[in-house]
Amino acid sequence: MKNRISFKLDVRAYTLIIALIMIFVVFTILTNGDFISSRNITNLSRQMTVIGILAVGMTLIIVAGHIDLSVGSLLGLTGGIAAILQVWYGWSTFPVIIVTILAGILLGLWQGWWVAYKGVPAFIVTLGGMMIFRGILLGISGGQTVAPMNESFRVIGQAYIPYVIGYLLTAVLIVFAFIMVARKRKRRQKLDLALSPVSFDYGTVIVFSVLITLFVYMLNRYHGIPVPLLILLVIAGIFIFVSKNTTFGRHIYAIGGNPEAAKLSGINIKRNILSVFVIMGALSAVAGMVLTSRLNAGTVSAGQMYELDAIAAVVIGGTSLMGGVGTIVGSILGALIMASIDNGMSMMNVPPFWQYIVKGMILILAVWLDISSKKKTAS
Amino acid sequence: MSILEMRGITKEFPGVKALDNVNFKVKKGEIHALCGENGAGKSTLMKVLSGVHPHGTYDGKILINDKEQNFQTIRDSENAGVTIIYQELALVKDMTIAENIFLGNEPTSNGFIDWETMFYEANKWLKKVGLSIESNLKVSNLGIGQQQLIEIAKALSKNCEIIIMDEPTAALAEEEVEILINILHQLREDGITVIYISHKLKEVMRISDSVTILRDGQTIGTKGIDEIDESGIISMMVGRELKDLFPYENNKIDEVILKLDGYSFFEHKSKKPVTDDVSLTLHKGEVLGIGGLMGAGRTELATSLFGGYEGKAEGSVYIDGEKYEVKGPKEAIDKGLAYVSEDRKRYGLVLGMDVAKNTTMASLGQISSLSFINQEREIWETEKYNKKMRVKTPSLETKVVTLSGGNQQKVVLSKWLMSGPKILILDEPTRGIDVGAKQEIYKLINELTAQGVGIIMISSELPELLGMSDRVLVMADRKIMGELSKEEANQEAILKLATGGENIEESH
Repeated sequence: MKNRISFKLDVRAYTLIIALIMIFVVFTILTNGDFISSRNITNLSRQMTVIGILAVGMTLIIVAGHIDLSVGSLLGLTGGIAAILQVWYGWSTFPVIIVTILAGILLGLWQGWWVAYKGVPAFIVTLGGMMIFRGILLGISGGQTVAPMNESFRVIGQAYIPYVIGYLLTAVLIVFAFIMVARKRKRRQKLDLALSPVSFDYGTVIVFSVLITLFVYMLNRYHGIPVPLLILLVIAGIFIFVSKNTTFGRHIYAIGGNPEAAKLSGINIKRNILSVFVIMGALSAVAGMVLTSRLNAGTVSAGQMYELDAIAAVVIGGTSLMGGVGTIVGSILGALIMASIDNGMSMMNVPPFWQYIVKGMILILAVWLDISSKKKTAS
Repeated sequence: MSILEMRGITKEFPGVKALDNVNFKVKKGEIHALCGENGAGKSTLMKVLSGVHPHGTYDGKILINDKEQNFQTIRDSENAGVTIIYQELALVKDMTIAENIFLGNEPTSNGFIDWETMFYEANKWLKKVGLSIESNLKVSNLGIGQQQLIEIAKALSKNCEIIIMDEPTAALAEEEVEILINILHQLREDGITVIYISHKLKEVMRISDSVTILRDGQTIGTKGIDEIDESGIISMMVGRELKDLFPYENNKIDEVILKLDGYSFFEHKSKKPVTDDVSLTLHKGEVLGIGGLMGAGRTELATSLFGGYEGKAEGSVYIDGEKYEVKGPKEAIDKGLAYVSEDRKRYGLVLGMDVAKNTTMASLGQISSLSFINQEREIWETEKYNKKMRVKTPSLETKVVTLSGGNQQKVVLSKWLMSGPKILILDEPTRGIDVGAKQEIYKLINELTAQGVGIIMISSELPELLGMSDRVLVMADRKIMGELSKEEANQEAILKLATGGENIEESH
């Protein structure tokens, strides 16, 4: 008997998309269409990149059953290191990038070691890290703003991809998607597994292609694809793949879902947890450089409170703080929802204090919806 | 006159009748033992009595001093004078003895805790249970035996008339048992009634005035202690015929595949081993049963061997003639060990994951290259094992939490079959699953032994143990108490070894 392919709807993902569309519609109406102008879409996508990159790493951390409160300070410190190396020591951009990422990895190792091998709860280790890293940043920068960055470094956070290359990348992505589907179908055929209808498999890819082309067209009508957005998409793409298609990703979900069962299945919990924190460190460094590049400076207060935005994005995206459940796509959507609310309310000149209140309410509502929908399916 | 009478108690759980028309009568001021095999219904009966299972969730009547009682909560039963002391003591370790005794019941004056009265009263109760210590000591400073006495003091302070004790001596040293027995006798003189659940029949014979035996959720009988002896109790506990449930095949026993020689395992910093000086051999194609009562250390033996604990092993272990060092589950799996745990939800499955991911969890290496998982291969392999095990699931992407117990267990078995074990340890493989699924698991055991897999089967269900094993080892108190061949093994012999009867190992 061939197993039936289930066309199950991922209710959670659809709720998120519907919520996002509703937010878009409301703001578009309230701003007389300015909200979905090419210019604003570009701004929006630039605004969400830093939190988006953090949210990718945070998803892995939370799925593994931990938490990282230090990412804001970690991002500030690594961004500051990049600025200091370039501005004070005159390093060129490429070595700055490499060393900054290595610094992020090192700091991730430090925290991961405490959590995984010393058994100190991640909440405490990273709360400590939050203070330590901010302190180090204050110490090495002497409280000064370090500016300006080189032209080449500013590309990371400020530049746009030329139109032609943007369309070219889109085309490559679409071709890649078709190849992946074809390969999957071929492999399933070889193992005599059930196949979903051709129209369904390729139909999905076609819809995806149309949407992505439309999106790139919108961006190209302004300046093109922002480089930081491209960085976010590449990182997200890599980690979506890692989380779904590698043993490492599978181990993370198993550890978060039931550490005892995972351990007795031969999964090395300590090493995997350490790896997750290392990845978080590296991604924080990338986010730090994007922010430093965008601000064209390293500042002492860079990234403050970003950990909370990142956690909120992940949680809104459907990741359970209990561990074991969550997707990177959801977290990216969560980050986009948060950024849209910020962006839309700023456009409407709503005072900033309302933005905090609304974002806080949305966080609570999102989790409440999640819990109540789970209760319904359970009973 | 009877202080307590439970009449026609019937309690059903989904799919299981835990208690079937149980009658239980206790006289005032006696020590009444409650005996039965694991799963006979002792704990359920006591949970009904103490209000854990509230009135309305069971059928039948509870009478205390001839008055009908409808307990909704544990509080209600306590107010009626019934207190239960569990095997895992419920004391707050970081509080003082006095605070524990009066927890939730603190003496107050003007709304503030009256510490003087509290310590004074607590000291009084401590004296009552024969403890000459100050009540302002923290509980964490006390040994298990003393903690148990504190629990009794706590019960007495609530004017309790009936104390239920669940395996009170399981964790006690010899001298502590003596003290406890003295206290119980003293309580009896004060007119307190004690219901005493124990597997240790020697103690039962010494302490109690009468004994009630349960089997398969039914009352088999109540006897005065002078009307019965130890083997009488055992035969009442067992009493059941072996049905033709077990498709045992005379296994062809091949060479030795696993050998333990004086194996002990010490968890981190603990001086007491979780498993103590165990020696055994397992052959290819053999089912080696391990019997014993709950807490005898069987699961600990299996888990430690599989690398599930952190700590230090002593003695030597050989797999296929090669020395094996206990390191961790990964290394154990690589050596061909597989361990199906007794608690599938806690140790066997990631409940929120789907059937396919659970099935491949211990063998991801087989379906991936360079750590990239081949998803198609995963589905194909899972389908293969699903078909073999006849797992009933709507799809491979169904979360295992939604499956029935029997199907969950089959998924766990699929997981370990996929890892290709040479030695399979089954810990209570059929606990909580229906008869049909049990049969399939027994057939699987035969299939595996035919392929030369050595199987260690830990089971508390004696018929299963007798029905499927080629040899039976019996454990008690973390040690092997004796070995019984297929011919020697019967329920009486196993129970005798498991309840600390004489060690018959020397006799053959």
